[in-house]
Amino acid sequence: MSGGTFVGMPAFPAAAREAVGNTTLRANLRHATHTIRDKRARAVAELSDWDRLREAGKRIKDHTLRHLDRYLVQLEESVERAGGTVHWAADAEEANRIVAGLVRATGETEVVKVKSMATQEIGLNEALEAEGIRAYETDLAELIVQLGHDRPSHILVPAIHRNRGEIRDIFREEMAGWGRPAPDGLTDTPAELAEAARLHLREKFLRAKVGISGANFMVAETGTLVVVESEGNGRMCLTLPETLISVVGIEKVVPAWRDLEVFLQTLPRSSTAERMNPYTSMWTGTTDEDGPSTFHLVLLDNGRTDTLADEVGRQALRCIRCSACLNVCPVYERAGGHAYGSVYPGPIGAILSPQLRGTGSEIDASLPYASSLCGACYEVCPVAIDIPEVLVHLRERVVQGGEATRGGNRVTLKPAKGHAAERAAMRAAGLAFARPGALRAGQRLASRTRRLHPRALPGPGRAWSATRDLPEVPVEPFRDWWQRTRGGGGGSGDDRTTEGNGR
Amino acid sequence: MSGRDRVLGRVRRALADVPADGLAYEQAVDRGYAREHGERTAEETVDLLAENLADYRAIVHRCTEDEVAGLLMRLYAERGSRTVLVPPELPPHWPAAVGPVRIHDRAVSTPHELDRVDSVLTGCAVAIAETGTIVLDGSPDQGRRRITLVPDHHVCVVRVPGQVVASVPQALERLDPARPLTWISGPSATSDIELDRVEGVHGPRTLEVVLMSGA
Ligand code: SF4
Repeated sequence: MSGGTFVGMPAFPAAAREAVGNTTLRANLRHATHTIRDKRARAVAELSDWDRLREAGKRIKDHTLRHLDRYLVQLEESVERAGGTVHWAADAEEANRIVAGLVRATGETEVVKVKSMATQEIGLNEALEAEGIRAYETDLAELIVQLGHDRPSHILVPAIHRNRGEIRDIFREEMAGWGRPAPDGLTDTPAELAEAARLHLREKFLRAKVGISGANFMVAETGTLVVVESEGNGRMCLTLPETLISVVGIEKVVPAWRDLEVFLQTLPRSSTAERMNPYTSMWTGTTDEDGPSTFHLVLLDNGRTDTLADEVGRQALRCIRCSACLNVCPVYERAGGHAYGSVYPGPIGAILSPQLRGTGSEIDASLPYASSLCGACYEVCPVAIDIPEVLVHLRERVVQGGEATRGGNRVTLKPAKGHAAERAAMRAAGLAFARPGALRAGQRLASRTRRLHPRALPGPGRAWSATRDLPEVPVEPFRDWWQRTRGGGGGSGDDRTTEGNGR
Repeated sequence: MSGRDRVLGRVRRALADVPADGLAYEQAVDRGYAREHGERTAEETVDLLAENLADYRAIVHRCTEDEVAGLLMRLYAERGSRTVLVPPELPPHWPAAVGPVRIHDRAVSTPHELDRVDSVLTGCAVAIAETGTIVLDGSPDQGRRRITLVPDHHVCVVRVPGQVVASVPQALERLDPARPLTWISGPSATSDIELDRVEGVHGPRTLEVVLMSGA
């Protein structure tokens, strides 16, 4: 699970083709994505200043990223002043080692976990298991995934690929092996299933001594961490245990307390399409007799600095994991989350995973092709990440090679001509073209809206965005792009990139 | 090399292309967004809070300061609550002399003990009208985070209009980041099973908010 590649994962087109053949999955996904998408549009329309909030969110993140070293050091000081301890992890292995060591030091062999993509990315549960520590997922969807020996398929609703009947069967068969068994005669009504989960998990919350979480935001100025959730399982894990360990990607820092006013407006509306999610917890170090008495923050790199080194690709680090881009993506809707082969599915996964992990594996080399470049993801993104631009940039990286940073070192990637990526591209294209109407509509949308957005920040912001003032690659329809890059370059042979294999 | 040096070194190398003379934070971020959405009187803001709380399936009541003890009694009676968990310092006139047994949260009380009480009563730090949110900050009339989490029934008294703000930006201005903060918008909910909303997976399944005027 090193670097978080799902073991034995086929490249995107193969996985997608399989998913497209699964009609239950497609129907579930279609229902889910369309429901959330429509609700989101209404929630966003309530805020007359949405565009300005979006621009502010983008600039806060860009500003933080360009001074990331300074803000991380400030965060560290603030957290330690408030009674927490900060650890730094350059990669998954180091993070897992730190966390396992912290848990072992408590003498405990079980931990309760809040849903966290960072800990999934590093394969923490498996690493703890190897150390004899059992990690219980406590988010209902994550519980379904964990009990079902499954993988999450959506950022927000990880078990969206499961029907209520399947969930009932999983609870009946698996709950007893993990703790309190499912009640006798459990039916498949959502209320009964939720009640079964409540009872099963409550037993764990009330005896838990160690909690593990991620965070949606970290405030450098105050040392405050923020977790946004719906169910209350997060509050349980952040409040009842004696020791709290939070594993958070370094890109989650924001400079000031005040910055939360932007993201606490844009995140819930983009994500669950609600005015506000049911629960938000904020904690600053430790507080006497209220919540955990010991707090550890593990700051995680694991490919983020490599992503930061890429002038076009670094904007992916602005992502606040709202999942809006998944719900509008015609390719995600049909291929499903598993096809992306990482914890980050959909359009954001297609640009984030190949940057965090490099494009050395077949799945990662194929991910930049997992898109029709319709631009809908960019439209909805609350921090204005130009996903199509990064996709095209990464395609060129795969096909033409070039300079990149891996594990903190500059490397030169060889072009991957005639390599799996091209075959992948052909198949991905076939997938997108299976419904040409949707693709054409998407392309029109992209070229129409693209003109409404300035290509570069005005004034002094220009230096930062100058690298994004590129030729109009993203508006180029996929077919044209394919013609051009395939007909272009003269590379030959089966050269793989110079990167390590499947890092 | 420590993990810290390695990560910070990588960050600095990754940013080698970025000009050093970047904009200061204050200039880098345009705060041209709204401080609140729409113009409302204090009364209308309270109405909007009530509407949005109800929209998220909290049960909303209104009363004056004189009526609060009676209203609380009625809420407990309707629910059949025999025990009520209370934070260290509630305003003395809120709870009536008779009624359910009052349980005090003590550092030594275990989560299992909290799990056995029927209801919890608290005040709040601030309430946000546009989002239908109450925020608790652990002050003496709100108590520790866990008391509003484990019991199944939470009654929260909001002083109106004094504790009500219109928007998220206005709420953050009033809050102290050093305190442990819990923002609550409607009862606990999940949509994980076929996107059907189900109330209360873990937190209290019933949230009643008392908007108390004359304060
Ligand atoms: S890329 Fe944008 S839309 Fe997609 S999850 Fe991240 S913030 Fe949300």
